[in-house]
Amino acid sequence: MPAASTPYLRLAGISKSFGGVKALSDIDWDVRPGEIHCLVGENGCGKSTLIKTVAGVHAPDPGGVVLIDGEPVLPLNPAKARALGVQVIFQDLALFPNLSVAENIAIERHLNRPAVPVSQARMRALALATLQRLDFPLDPDKALSELSVSERQIVAICRGLAAKARLIFMDEPTASLTRAEVRRLLSIVQKLKADGIAVVFVSHRLEEVVEIAERVTVFRDGRKVGTWPAAEVDQARIISLMTGMDIFHGVVARDMTKAPPLLEVEGLSRAGEYRDINLTIRAGEVVGLTGLLGAGRTELALSLFGMTRPDSGRIKLDGQVLNLTSNRAALKAGIAYVSEDRLSLGLVLRQSIAANAVLAVIDRMKNGLGLVGEGRRRALADDWVKRLAIKIPGLDKPVQTLSGGNQQRVVLAKWLAAKPRLLILDSPTVGVDIKNKKGIYDIVAALAREGVGILLISDEVIETFATCDRVLHMRQGRIVGEAVPGQVSEQALEAEIYA
Amino acid sequence: MHEQSTFLSRLQRRPEAWLLAVILLAGLALSLASPTFLTLPNIVDLLESYAVQAIMALGLFVVLVSGGIDISFAATASVAQYVAAAMAAYAGLPPLVCIGAGLLIGVALGLLNAALIHYVRITSIIATIATMSVYFSFLMYVTGGRSIYNLPDWWTDRITFYETETTSGDLVRITLPIVALLVAALLTWLLMTRSKVGRQLYAMGGNPEAARRIGINIAGMQFFAYGFLGFMSAAAGLLQAHRVGESVPNALYGNELAVLSAAVLGGASLTGGIGTVPGVLLGIVLLAMLQNGLNLLGVSSYFFQIVIGLVILISTSITVLSARQRRRRRPIGEALNV
Repeated sequence: MPAASTPYLRLAGISKSFGGVKALSDIDWDVRPGEIHCLVGENGCGKSTLIKTVAGVHAPDPGGVVLIDGEPVLPLNPAKARALGVQVIFQDLALFPNLSVAENIAIERHLNRPAVPVSQARMRALALATLQRLDFPLDPDKALSELSVSERQIVAICRGLAAKARLIFMDEPTASLTRAEVRRLLSIVQKLKADGIAVVFVSHRLEEVVEIAERVTVFRDGRKVGTWPAAEVDQARIISLMTGMDIFHGVVARDMTKAPPLLEVEGLSRAGEYRDINLTIRAGEVVGLTGLLGAGRTELALSLFGMTRPDSGRIKLDGQVLNLTSNRAALKAGIAYVSEDRLSLGLVLRQSIAANAVLAVIDRMKNGLGLVGEGRRRALADDWVKRLAIKIPGLDKPVQTLSGGNQQRVVLAKWLAAKPRLLILDSPTVGVDIKNKKGIYDIVAALAREGVGILLISDEVIETFATCDRVLHMRQGRIVGEAVPGQVSEQALEAEIYA
Repeated sequence: MHEQSTFLSRLQRRPEAWLLAVILLAGLALSLASPTFLTLPNIVDLLESYAVQAIMALGLFVVLVSGGIDISFAATASVAQYVAAAMAAYAGLPPLVCIGAGLLIGVALGLLNAALIHYVRITSIIATIATMSVYFSFLMYVTGGRSIYNLPDWWTDRITFYETETTSGDLVRITLPIVALLVAALLTWLLMTRSKVGRQLYAMGGNPEAARRIGINIAGMQFFAYGFLGFMSAAAGLLQAHRVGESVPNALYGNELAVLSAAVLGGASLTGGIGTVPGVLLGIVLLAMLQNGLNLLGVSSYFFQIVIGLVILISTSITVLSARQRRRRRPIGEALNV
C-alpha cells in the first residue's frame, strides 16, 4: 500500500456517552493527509462530540481506538492532541483581541518552547513566515481587534500552522462570510492541502465547501450514516441523509394580498443597525426574513418589539401608529418576540415551567388584591402545555430539565399566552432536532390560520421556503429583495444572499 | 459617531502618548502657578514619596492584566510591614529574617486571594474587598492599633546611592525608595514583555476561554498574579516603614483607590489584557503631580479624592462605551467587520 493512502487519522469503534445518552455510537472514520473532508449533520448529531474527542477534550468510552499515523494515541488530552498536529478552529476562533496579529499567531508555539526571553522580533518573523506560506498579506503589527471576521479566521489558521498542524478542523467557518470571503478561505484551504495538511469542515450547510471537498461524511443522531466521494452526492441528497426525513416538502406559500394589513412599517431607520425599512405583514400571513448573520434582522426585530427606539420612521399596527417605548408597550399592543437565544434570554431556566409560561402575562393574572393566584396560573400554563404538546415531567419542574425543543415550546407558550396579534420568531429552530423543528413549523401554520401575523427570522432559506408566504432578504441593514416561494427557487435566493 | 469612536479607541490603544502630553501640560500649568513645583529637588522628592504607591501599582497592574482586580493589597502591605516590624523591634531578629518573613507574608496573603478567586470562584473584587476587611481588621484587633516606633537602625537609616547639590544650594539625593522603584519597574517590565508568564497573563486577560483551550494553566497564572502583587505590596510596606521610620498599622490603608486609579490612568484596562509598565509609571507621575500641585495651590485634599473617583469612572466608561460603539457599528458600514 502506498504511504500516501495511509490515513493520518483513523477512528474505530468510538462511542461516547454523557450520563446514559449516547452522543456517538460506534464510529469508524478516517482522514487522509492533505484531504479536504466535509463533516455534515444536524445540530446535536454528534459532530461536535467527535471533534472534541479527537481534540482530546472528551475521553471516548472504553473500547474504541484512535490512530494517528497508524499509532494508537488514546488516552488523549488537549495538549497531546495539539502536539500530534490536531488543531480545532471553533466558531468563536478563540483568538486574543488585546494582542497583535503576530502575538496571536506565535502564542501557541511560544507555550511549547521553554525559551526565555520572549522576543517580539522572533514572534514577528514566525507570523510573517506563516502568513507568507498562505500568501496572505496582513500587517503582523496590527491589533487583532482591527481585523474583520474573515481576516481573524485566517489568523486562527496561521496560529494552527505555526503550531505545526497536520489536521485542522474548522467549525462552521462560512457562517458569517460573504461569498468573496468564502472564496478566499477556500483558496487558502487549497494551499493547506498542497502542504499536506488535512482540513475537515464541519457544518450543516456548506454548498460552496462541498464543491471543493473530496469526501463527505454525514452524521445523524450520533451515528455515521456514511462517507461518500463529494462528486457522488449533491446537496439535496446530503440533506435527506442528514435529516433522515423529508420535512421541507413542497411550497406552502399562499396569496395573502386580500387579507387586511396588520403591521405596516414605513421608513424605519436606526443608525448603525438598519436603514429605511418598509414592510407589511397581513393578518394570518407568515413572512420570512433572511440574510447573512449581522445583516440587521435581529436589530429590526428588537425595535418592532420596543426594545430599542428607531431613529426615524413609523410602525403601525391595524393602521394605528405605535409609540413603542418599551417591550411592555409592544406586548400591550399585541406584539410578541421569541428570541434567538432562548436559553439566556427567553427563559428563567431555574424556575418552574408554569412560572415561565405565565411570565409575559403576569399583569393580567393578578386578582383583586394584586396578587397572582396559583390556581389561575396553573390552569393557564397547563392549557398551553397541552396545546403545544410540550413533553414535561411536571409543571413545577425547572425549565432547564427539558430538552432544547421542549424549552423552545415553553418560550412559545410564554408569548402565546399573551395572545399576540403579531409574533416575531427569531431563528426558532436553532439547536432544535428535526422532529421538534417539524412541530414548530406546525405551530406556526396553526397560528397563522388563527389570523396571527408572523415574522420568521431564519438563516436557512430552505426553512423559510417551507413555512412562509413571502421571504424578505436583508443585507447590510436594508431590505434588498422579496421572494415568493414557488416563483423563485431556493438556490436563486441563496445565490443572492451569499453573493 | 464614527469619528468619535475611532478617537476613543485610538486613545485606548496609545494611552501613554496621550498621558505624556497631559503630564507636560499639567507640569507647565503647575510651574506657572507655583514656582517651586518644577524644581529638581521637588521632583526627586515627589518620586521618593510616591515610590511606595508606584510599587504597589506595578503589582496591581499585573493582576489587572490577568483579568482580575485586587483591593486588599494595602491591607496586605500593612500586615507584612507590621509583622516584620514586630520581629525586628520586639524580637530583635536579623534583617534578612525580618525582610524575608514580611515578603513571605505578602505572597501568602496574595495566594489566599487567588485560592478564593480560583477555587471558590468568588468574583475577584468581592473576594478582595472581603479579605481587605479581614486582613486589616485582624491587624488592628491584634495590635490594638499601636504603632511600633523603635525600629532598628538597619531598617530606618537612610541609604543614599548618589547625591549632588543644585546651583541654588539644594541637596538632591537618589535614595533607596527611588532605586527600589526602578528595580521593581524593570522587573515587572521584563516579566510582562520578555517572559512566557507575561505572554500568558496577557492572553488570559484578553480571552480566558481561548487561553484555557490553548493549554494555559489558568490556576497557575492566577496564583502567580496575586502572589506577585502580594510580594510587591509587602516590599512597598517594608519600604514605607523605612521612609517614615516607624510602623503605623493604618498608614497604608486607604491608598487602594489612588493606586488603582494610577494604574487605570496609565492605560491598564479593568477588563483585563491591556496595559504597560511605562503607562503605569506615567499614571503615578500624573497622580503625584496632581496631588502635589493641588497641595501647593492650597486646594482641599478632598478635591484630590474626587479626582481619583472620577478617573476610575471615566476610564471605565470609555472602555465600555467604545466596546459598545464597536458592536453597534458592526451590522452596517464595514459589513460584518469585527
